[in-house]
Amino acid sequence: MAKMNMLQAINDALDLAMAANEKVMCFGEDVGVFGGVFRATSNLQQKYGKDRCFNTPLVEQGIIGFANGLAAQGSFPVAEIQFADYIFPAFDQIVNESAKFRYRSGNLFNVGNMTIRTPYGGGIAGGLYHSQSPEAYFAHTPGLKIVVPRNPHQAKGLLLASINDPNPTIFFEPKRLYRASVGEVPEGEYQLPLGEAEVLKEGSDVTVLGWGAQMEVIDKAVEMAEKEGFSCEVIDLRTILPWDVETVAESVLKTGRLVITHEAPLTGGFAGEIAATIQERCFLYLESPIARVTGMDTPFPLVLEKEHFPNHLKVYEAIRESVEF
Amino acid sequence: MTTTKSKIVYTPEFTDGSEYRIPTLKLLKQDGTLYKGGKAPDISKEKALRIYRTMVTTRILDERMLAAQRQGRLSFYMQCTGEEASVIGSAAALDDADMIMAQYREQGALAYRGFSIDEFMNQLFGNEKDYGKGRQMPVHYGSSKLHYMTISSPLATQIPQATGYAYGQKMAGSKQCTMVYFGEGAASEGDFHAGMNMAAVHRVPAIFFCRNNGYAISTPANEQFAADGIAPRGFGYKMDTIRVDGNDILAVYQATEEARKLAVEENRPVLVEAMTYRLAAHSSSDDPSGYRSKEEEAVWQAKDPILRMYNWLLKKKWWSAGEEKELQENMRREVLETMKRAQKLPPPPLESLVTDVYDEVPPLLNEQFEKLKAHIRKYPDEYPKSAIHVQGGA
Repeated sequence: MAKMNMLQAINDALDLAMAANEKVMCFGEDVGVFGGVFRATSNLQQKYGKDRCFNTPLVEQGIIGFANGLAAQGSFPVAEIQFADYIFPAFDQIVNESAKFRYRSGNLFNVGNMTIRTPYGGGIAGGLYHSQSPEAYFAHTPGLKIVVPRNPHQAKGLLLASINDPNPTIFFEPKRLYRASVGEVPEGEYQLPLGEAEVLKEGSDVTVLGWGAQMEVIDKAVEMAEKEGFSCEVIDLRTILPWDVETVAESVLKTGRLVITHEAPLTGGFAGEIAATIQERCFLYLESPIARVTGMDTPFPLVLEKEHFPNHLKVYEAIRESVEF
Repeated sequence: MTTTKSKIVYTPEFTDGSEYRIPTLKLLKQDGTLYKGGKAPDISKEKALRIYRTMVTTRILDERMLAAQRQGRLSFYMQCTGEEASVIGSAAALDDADMIMAQYREQGALAYRGFSIDEFMNQLFGNEKDYGKGRQMPVHYGSSKLHYMTISSPLATQIPQATGYAYGQKMAGSKQCTMVYFGEGAASEGDFHAGMNMAAVHRVPAIFFCRNNGYAISTPANEQFAADGIAPRGFGYKMDTIRVDGNDILAVYQATEEARKLAVEENRPVLVEAMTYRLAAHSSSDDPSGYRSKEEEAVWQAKDPILRMYNWLLKKKWWSAGEEKELQENMRREVLETMKRAQKLPPPPLESLVTDVYDEVPPLLNEQFEKLKAHIRKYPDEYPKSAIHVQGGA
């Protein structure tokens, strides 16, 4: 075990993947000698050469188009989109190409070796275009896997699993935690399962569900709620697509209450999808309406970021209201 | 760090590049003789006849399948008519293991590689033998064994993909290249720029083959771009560029053969612009009489690429009118017989609705599938294609 922040854990995962398989290649804007604007690819070019870790021109649709072709050829591209806010020029390549490659060819071809890494989320004074959480756009696209880690240990194991998974995967990295989240990370290669949520804490009154950086927010909120005597079950969804209905439903059948939180705006957010499915599964067991604590239906603001944000106080209030309903 | 080595001037000078006009390579006249100064590429009789038979096959397949569409047997079709020399001449200059990433009108390249009439028909009718499992509209062919990437409807997405594919070929030391086809209309898409620029920067063994056929559905080339065709864009990327008469089989073959050498031996990507004409409609859903004249079409009918190659073959004494008649009759018969056979094959099994979304069917999708099967069991008469697959069980 070694103490690492999330960036170091991601860098370690990339390093191990490149060492284990010479077909793994890392590329994107500024990922070469500079190691990426957040330094997630530090020293990889120095270690594995310019052919396997390199800068690309500034063109997101090109980066993902290139990655699609490279994956179809049999290589393992790990493409970085510098900020999730800038992934949209590549939307067509991801939604119409990556996600449909296997299906449309009857499995003659696939781009399952591809992984897209991209930092997402607010809390860094990034305003409209360095703060977004666009996971729900992609969650509407069968064929993709969407993964979000909550800490360094998870980041390393889930990223290695994403690189090795035989389906195209978008790996959203909570950039607010890049340096803020520090923890013990096992040495060497290990993979954590995709498509499986994790129950972090058992409880009996209410299930509190989130992913990525929101798990830290949930921890704080739950700490407040438990002081009030509310017993909370905490779940990290980890994989947004395809998501683990069973684990969430099983928990809600037990607690009868569900609070879901994400940074993205309310309307069309992934919490809505979870709420719809869970009310179907758990209708007769629900003690209160499923609550969603999310960003507001505005573009991501700057000066009033704190007001907009689904912070621990808002999550705490939702827990209290849910239990006292 | 800028890398320009431009000369310095002291008064403002603008240029739109028109002082340099890109030439067009022509070798073969319509009567089958060579232009003065033109030298035919080294093509064996065997290869020439493989090319020619493929051109005729493609033309007949296109004629018959458009007719089948008109008769209501087929939902949709797209013809390659008029562009056979561009597509088949270029495919013939490749190694058969080079990857082809086509747009959608390049069935001739696939036929050249050996895709059988049966295989074409199975895709067109989306039957149980279609490699694509009946999931895509007609003409979205693909073949892994023939190194022909399955067609995708969105335009130009294949261009940056070709750059990535070729980068993988280079890294693997495969000595293969990737050939990517697109029309002059698709070259307006952002993906064209993305793929071309990345190819030049990362030095990949790829050939970017533009079929400049004059029209993007109804939009003529002069409403698509202001420049002299697509070729000048190659300069902007510092890419080796050549323009050819796309109805001239020998010019297309020679240009592509040379382009492949640059790509494979020197990792220099190449842009080839083939000047041709889409003699047919854009697709079976289109009617060109609404946007172009019969006179204009007649000018290009007189430049028919197949007739031009036929005349050359006759002069070489590699082909005869008798062999032509026999080939045409045999192909027409084979197309008709195969069509009848393919039409009778059952559709793909119901399960193919949910497989291949992922490598394995995820639980939530599996639940949806079980629900669907129960629904079909309840209303079997409403789902004649799939009721047979869900009989029995609860």
